[in-house]
Amino acid sequence: MTSATEVREERPERLDPEKIRRDFPALQQEVHGKPLVYLDSAATSQRPQVVIDAVRSFYEHDNANVHRGVHALSERATARYERVRQTACNFFHGNDAREFVFTKGTTESINLLAHSFVRPRLAKGDEILITQLEHHSNIVPWQLLCEETGAKLVVAPINDEGEVEMNRFEALLGDRTRFASVAHVSNALGTVNPVREMIRLAHTNDVPILIDGAQAVARMPVDFQELGCDFYALSSHKMCGPTGVGILWGRLPLLQAMRPYQGGGDMILSVSFDGTTYNEVPHRFEAGTPNIAGVIGMGAAFEYLSGIGMDRIRSYEEELLGYGVHRLMEVRGLRLVGNAIRKSGVLSFLLEGVHPHDVGTVLDREGVAVRAGHHCAQPVMERFGVAATVRASLGVYNNREDIDRLVTGLQRVTEMFRR
Amino acid sequence: MSDLDDLYQDIVLDHGNRPRNFRVMEAPDHEAEGYNPLCGDRIHLYLQVEDGVIADLSIQGSGCAISTASASLLTEVLRGKTEAEARELFDEVHTMITGDPTAGRSDAEVEQLGKLAALSGVRQFPARVKCATLVWHTLIKALDGDEAHARTE
Repeated sequence: MTSATEVREERPERLDPEKIRRDFPALQQEVHGKPLVYLDSAATSQRPQVVIDAVRSFYEHDNANVHRGVHALSERATARYERVRQTACNFFHGNDAREFVFTKGTTESINLLAHSFVRPRLAKGDEILITQLEHHSNIVPWQLLCEETGAKLVVAPINDEGEVEMNRFEALLGDRTRFASVAHVSNALGTVNPVREMIRLAHTNDVPILIDGAQAVARMPVDFQELGCDFYALSSHKMCGPTGVGILWGRLPLLQAMRPYQGGGDMILSVSFDGTTYNEVPHRFEAGTPNIAGVIGMGAAFEYLSGIGMDRIRSYEEELLGYGVHRLMEVRGLRLVGNAIRKSGVLSFLLEGVHPHDVGTVLDREGVAVRAGHHCAQPVMERFGVAATVRASLGVYNNREDIDRLVTGLQRVTEMFRR
Repeated sequence: MSDLDDLYQDIVLDHGNRPRNFRVMEAPDHEAEGYNPLCGDRIHLYLQVEDGVIADLSIQGSGCAISTASASLLTEVLRGKTEAEARELFDEVHTMITGDPTAGRSDAEVEQLGKLAALSGVRQFPARVKCATLVWHTLIKALDGDEAHARTE
């Protein structure tokens, strides 16, 4: 075991969930006459007051376009916007703030990479490797590329517990593999993929690899240098920041060799009808006026989460997930879908004889917000032979009482449908 | 909890658990598949029409209690109705489920809907309206002979 792992095994000081809950104004409400229990953070997290305040203060004081004006407001807006690149670099332990491209979110990050990095490298018969537990946003961009180029999408299967079969993953990395893209954490099952091993295997085969970190970044420390991946995609809104903003991180020489994604303002140095010179990385990939307030809010979210400590968050959520599994096992007729040994933040399940949508509706009336459906991961549902599951997903602000309320709500569902 | 009881009335739970006419029809005159991409509900509807009158209906598929009950009730209510009457009922049901709750209906109107009135509670649950209307959109597709799948988007 490496020393990094040993450090992690020292249990960090337990965080105080009651104190954290008070930071989130949306949690202080009743739904259908009952205090809200929010268990849908895998869809989107709630935002702490500091994030809301950061967005608000930008609009109230510094609102101007970035990288354009010579006036005071534009300078302040640019400084606040660009500072977030450094905050992100510190948060994820990058090498250089220029490696952080601001996007609309994970989906755009993946599409950008597909267009600007992967597409020029593909010829007919080439392969892109993903896994069976991917979110649709880490499937469809590659299918589109394959349609255009005649390349083939290769899928590493998962086992009955919802874990990627690593011997298959390794075997599928072949001579024609030009790119690999895998989720860090499955949104539908909570499986934590052995991404360091996947990255190592990809690199052994000279295959560049992207990690889709949408579900991981709110739940565990993520260190890009330690991981060693080539690219990493994430969304702000899963980690307490605003919607409509995210990051594509990439190793600088790779980003510098990439062609632009969208054309427009800010991504160019000079434009003429004889030819246009593109701007430096990362601005080359940020055409048009960006989501300035969103980026600033995302920066506040990084600072908020750093203030708590990602180690403590991981440790707390592991404990809460364990409690959740334990309590759900008490519910008659409940079956968990996805029992990976390494799992984070997601309880996906079925209640015998009751469709997930009906479970979701009854829970909502009990004030408990969960997601019911295929979670934008239909191949995962198909693998387990179901159309949908109920998904309760955790955030840093959840506590044991939330789990207890979920269990009480499920008992109410059972009463209702077995009367 | 009263609105939940409105949604999951006994008749809805009964038809949701034990859908009637749940079988594949060998030689239907019309058929269509309804699919709700949001939740994966899938209903296949088969119709036999004799002299413009619906002589037999059956359903297959999987879905939640609301979509299954709605489909099951449809197979019971439409038997013996003309195509034109079936289309009128589509409008009636659609209005009942999506319409203005304060509009109010006469007793005679509710009477005419018969068992289908059990679906009226869906109106208080906007997220579930598509579950209840899926089979009805599928019916129109089947009658129109539209080969495209009915979708509740």
